[in-house]
Amino acid sequence: MNILMPSTDQKAPESPVPLTRPSAELDHLADLYQRMLLIRRLEEEAARAYAKGKVGGFLHLYIGQEAVGVGAIAALKPEDYVVTTYRDHGIAIAKGMNPRAMMAELYGKATGCSGGLGGSMHMFDAKSRMLGGHAIVGGHIPLAAGVAFASKYRADGTVTLCFFGDGAVSIAGFHEGVSLAALWKLPIVFICENNEYSMGTPLSRTMSIEDVSMKALGYGMDRDRFFADDVLSVEHRIGEAVARARDLSLPTLVEIRTYRYRGHSMSDPAKYRTQAELEEHKKRDPIMRARTELVRDGYGEARLKTLEDGVEAQVADAVKFAEESPEPDVSVLEKTTYDGPFAA
Amino acid sequence: MARVIRFRDALREAMIEEMVRDDRVFLMGEEVGYYQGAYKVSEGMLDKFGPQRVIDTPIAEGGFAGIGVGAAMVGLRPIIEFMTWNFSAIAFDQILNGAAKIRQMSGGQFNCPIVFRGPNASAVQVGSQHSQAMEHFYATVPGLKVIAPAFPADAKGMLKAAIRDDNPVLVMESETLYSIKGEVPDGDVVVPLGKAEIIRRGTACTLVSYSRMTHVTVEAAAALEKEGISVEIVDLRSLRPLDEDTIVHSVRKTHHCVVVHEGWPYGGVGAEVADRVQRLAFDWLDAPILRVTTFDTPMPYNAKLEQLCMPQAGRVVSAVKRAIARGRAAQNPSSSAQA
Repeated sequence: MNILMPSTDQKAPESPVPLTRPSAELDHLADLYQRMLLIRRLEEEAARAYAKGKVGGFLHLYIGQEAVGVGAIAALKPEDYVVTTYRDHGIAIAKGMNPRAMMAELYGKATGCSGGLGGSMHMFDAKSRMLGGHAIVGGHIPLAAGVAFASKYRADGTVTLCFFGDGAVSIAGFHEGVSLAALWKLPIVFICENNEYSMGTPLSRTMSIEDVSMKALGYGMDRDRFFADDVLSVEHRIGEAVARARDLSLPTLVEIRTYRYRGHSMSDPAKYRTQAELEEHKKRDPIMRARTELVRDGYGEARLKTLEDGVEAQVADAVKFAEESPEPDVSVLEKTTYDGPFAA
Repeated sequence: MARVIRFRDALREAMIEEMVRDDRVFLMGEEVGYYQGAYKVSEGMLDKFGPQRVIDTPIAEGGFAGIGVGAAMVGLRPIIEFMTWNFSAIAFDQILNGAAKIRQMSGGQFNCPIVFRGPNASAVQVGSQHSQAMEHFYATVPGLKVIAPAFPADAKGMLKAAIRDDNPVLVMESETLYSIKGEVPDGDVVVPLGKAEIIRRGTACTLVSYSRMTHVTVEAAAALEKEGISVEIVDLRSLRPLDEDTIVHSVRKTHHCVVVHEGWPYGGVGAEVADRVQRLAFDWLDAPILRVTTFDTPMPYNAKLEQLCMPQAGRVVSAVKRAIARGRAAQNPSSSAQA
């Protein structure tokens, strides 16, 4: 089916492996596995469409980092908000956006989440409270703090997750957003997805310290730092920060250490790192790990196959939908620039 | 009934009335609360609304402008005060890439109903970094509305319209206008955005201006009248949308046009007005459209040089005369030197 599936000869057992975890927990892990797999498979197909020239512009893939978005967003309620960078497809799907809307947006179609006007870097979905896909590094961090400000202003108990890369930590937007969130005790979790490279430059050459979470200290903010190998532990650790935001209205800076398997974007051959380094990280693949645990703990190969077939069907459906959808009409340009009459 | 109040009081009344009317509206900026406003525009508002809605910020324009954009995206209606528009350069990314583009990037799913306001352009001898006319940068951006009222009544009525608008609106005020007085009608009077006003009727030349420069053109018009030259003044009030109908209608009548604004001559609002007039009133023009702007240099500190660089009534008078002379020369080539 794809490169993800373990090549080991795990055959469906004659009789089910006895459960070694409570079945609710196993079902939950299967659900997270399904979401991560869906994101990876959608992006693999997006990369294929890009190679065929059906997707234009930039395409920044999330492949390798799926446990960050899926685990973190699993700790949210549906009414909570998410804001992220241009590496946003996975986050949008994790937040509940329809895969059709994602793929159609990549194809620039009218049925895309942003009507074909945003593209890969600008995934918005009001219904699932996905507030974008922003493409100026660090610029969205104060914006996300503003969303959390609104939650506090209205006292509605909602929480905002703000994702960004390690490359954003050196820009003013990060510091001003984090500083104000700490000053005003906003219900937000800042999640630095440290994938070790800001485009082609390793963290060691962009930051004076190695531990991104240390930046929280100067702002008097709680912090956390961990690897993203295990999606359940991501959910648990982010859950603590979400609870701090929701119950105490306190922000947290969390550094999640992860790795992207592809280049910065499709045009990046990633020559700044070795194949051996990449392979080493792939051994810790969070999707593989979740699947291995599901098999080991008795979820059952047959159920897994059903789940995986379901993912394939969803991906195929999304691609077909995108292929067959119409292009946006020129009439959308003015009405999406202003609400009401065009101001010229 | 109407009362005579100052420009800053008119702005304050607009904010107070809108905040009473709609609890989604709040004011945020440097020194807006306990200090009572760097220019006393927000005086008394903290006492009236409390620190939840009149919010002092640290000096972090990029941060609090972005906070405003995010809050507006999810349904609040922020008023973000810049101590001066000069400092908005720090927040340019939030305005250009956030406020102006949220609606487009989201395919119309999200709006950004936010007001950015503060004093713009020159004050008195505050040097090059504090004297810039920032409206030219912003008026070029689709997705933004930019207004620049010259009188207290417009300041109040248009700020109320701006706060109620579902798009980002940038309000260009002027430090040197805050204390001018004018009649302001009582009650909930909203002045729609995008409408210029002819504040003086005349026949020989159309003067197009806005904000503080409208007062300079009024001074110039009085001087010209003494010399028997009757000019019409179009006070733009709104720069984007721009009321080209009113401008063009006036120029078709006077056949001459001089645009007066602060800021540099390269591009900008004056160039935009000139483009529209030449396209839409070409056959009515008797002379090239002239512009009176700030000199094409950073603003000097020296008082005399500063006054020299800024548009003054004398320069406006001379531009009007040049335009009219050029028009006469064109009609009667043998009788006059070139303008």
